[in-house]
Amino acid sequence: MSANLSAILYLIASVCFIMSLRGLSSPESARSGNTYGIVGMVIAILTTLASGTILSFEAIIGGILVGGAIGTLVAKKIEMTALPQLVAAFHSLVGLAAVCVAGAAFYSPEAFGIGGMEGIKTSALIELGLGSAIGAITFTGSVVAFMKLQGILGSKPLVFKGQHFLNLAILIGIVYGIVDMTMNGEALMFWVLTIAALVLGFLLILPIGGADMPVIVSMLNSYSGWAACGIGFTLQNNLLIITGALVGASGAILSYIMCKGMNRSIINVILGGFGGDAPKAGGGSAVEDDRPVKQGSADDAGFMMKNSKSVIIVPGYGMAVAQAQHALKEMVDNLKKNGVKVKFAIHPVAGRMPGHMNVLLAEANIPYGDVFELEDINSDFSSADVAFVIGANDVTNPAAKTDPTSPIYGMPILDVENAKTVFFVKRSMSPGYAGVQNELFFRDNTMMLFGDAKKMCEQIVKAM
Amino acid sequence: MGFMTTITEKVQIIQSDGYQVADQFSNMTVDSGPDMCTDPTILGFTVFILACFVGYYVVWRVTPALHSPLMAVTNAISSVIIVGALVAAGGEFFDISKIMGFIAVTLASINIFGGFIVTQRMLHMFKKKD
Repeated sequence: MSANLSAILYLIASVCFIMSLRGLSSPESARSGNTYGIVGMVIAILTTLASGTILSFEAIIGGILVGGAIGTLVAKKIEMTALPQLVAAFHSLVGLAAVCVAGAAFYSPEAFGIGGMEGIKTSALIELGLGSAIGAITFTGSVVAFMKLQGILGSKPLVFKGQHFLNLAILIGIVYGIVDMTMNGEALMFWVLTIAALVLGFLLILPIGGADMPVIVSMLNSYSGWAACGIGFTLQNNLLIITGALVGASGAILSYIMCKGMNRSIINVILGGFGGDAPKAGGGSAVEDDRPVKQGSADDAGFMMKNSKSVIIVPGYGMAVAQAQHALKEMVDNLKKNGVKVKFAIHPVAGRMPGHMNVLLAEANIPYGDVFELEDINSDFSSADVAFVIGANDVTNPAAKTDPTSPIYGMPILDVENAKTVFFVKRSMSPGYAGVQNELFFRDNTMMLFGDAKKMCEQIVKAM
Repeated sequence: MGFMTTITEKVQIIQSDGYQVADQFSNMTVDSGPDMCTDPTILGFTVFILACFVGYYVVWRVTPALHSPLMAVTNAISSVIIVGALVAAGGEFFDISKIMGFIAVTLASINIFGGFIVTQRMLHMFKKKD
């Protein structure tokens, strides 16, 4: 196949990838979007195989069969609640693959057309070093994120003195390594800088707490794109550059949206250490904890909701942990049978990855037309009879509006306090991730429902 | 007959003239090559910046409800680095490049299959209001 024909086919594949992202603008067009993505990938792979640079096929067929089987099996078996860790694991693989491709290109430049016996072109060396470094950071960073999400590592941030200086020193070391490798073209330097990047990825994500994971998962998504871009520059392949840029932009935008949802800057998140014990957390903490709260039962909640006109449900990560989405759906069906209007309100950072709650609700067969984003539903709380908060906490805390000393001050919140009655399904009175007590628990119109989210929903269904 | 021969001769002359012109032209471009051609890295950079803009505008239009599928599908398509891995794994000799290529093909395949299938699973759950 001629180089021109290959280039045109790669262009078609690039357009397919753009169309696949475009399709996600609405749930109706989304499925065709995914098909575009698959078509693009098939075109890309076949074009490469037919380009004449492939001399033997055993390793390729073996790799695709093994990888394809593992990928298919995992994707079919995975629980939707475990989606964030699956995505983190997938990101780590892209990172490692990028490192491998960079390494392969380093050892046999003639196969990739970036140099020969006399050495690799300077520009290609820089891009190679960058691609490998970003890939390595993505790999170990995603592994840490995966372990935190899976619960292998504690979700508490791990901080130690001099952490940021150490990271900075390693980063400078990597930059120096790239410069040195570019000038001397030595294999040793390639591996030194790659290993340094592996260590950096590990250290970067360790200090970041569990609830900041939506930002981190998006950020690593972005990195995996930039790594692909770096490799694309090395191989002078526009398809890789375009796809890498699309993915990089997508991850960056998601990180931005998540940060805005928490009113924190990306720098603040990356520096880490947020959450955890936070003993000095601002106003309204420890001292007032012994104030009385109104505790309700499943019967109370069932009775009140059944006799109300409209209910807004606010799901959070706790719902995912308890796998309560199906029990919740049953409760919603019962309410609808009784003529109650039910809506769902989703905070941008609910769950452990962007859009996590939407997927869980969709899995439980809740139509997406009933599910609303923060800005679309916030004004409806004042006319709602009941706000039913299940597994969410910080995202409803009015201190974000009223208390400038609170660590969550300025974060956009769901105004559940405006509803006539608020039910909080919680396991205990423990404060949320930010380490602040929620003022709402002590309000007159709030009733606490202590217990496991799933069991509570089942009991409420029985009570109705 | 004579008339036809003249025409054929004339055509041949014109043809060879044409070839000469074409030759000169191609020589010209080859000669002026280093000055006229843009460095491939710059061309790549052009494509990169344009693609960033396309990505920016397309991704902002993605509905927030589908942000999880967006991550899964971008994850799948970023595994297009398999293109580079194929070249490495398809080398003639068994060497370090081939081993790394094989690993990369396997990892990228896990991602491609896994990413597209899990996206498909998610998207199938999003149902319209009954």
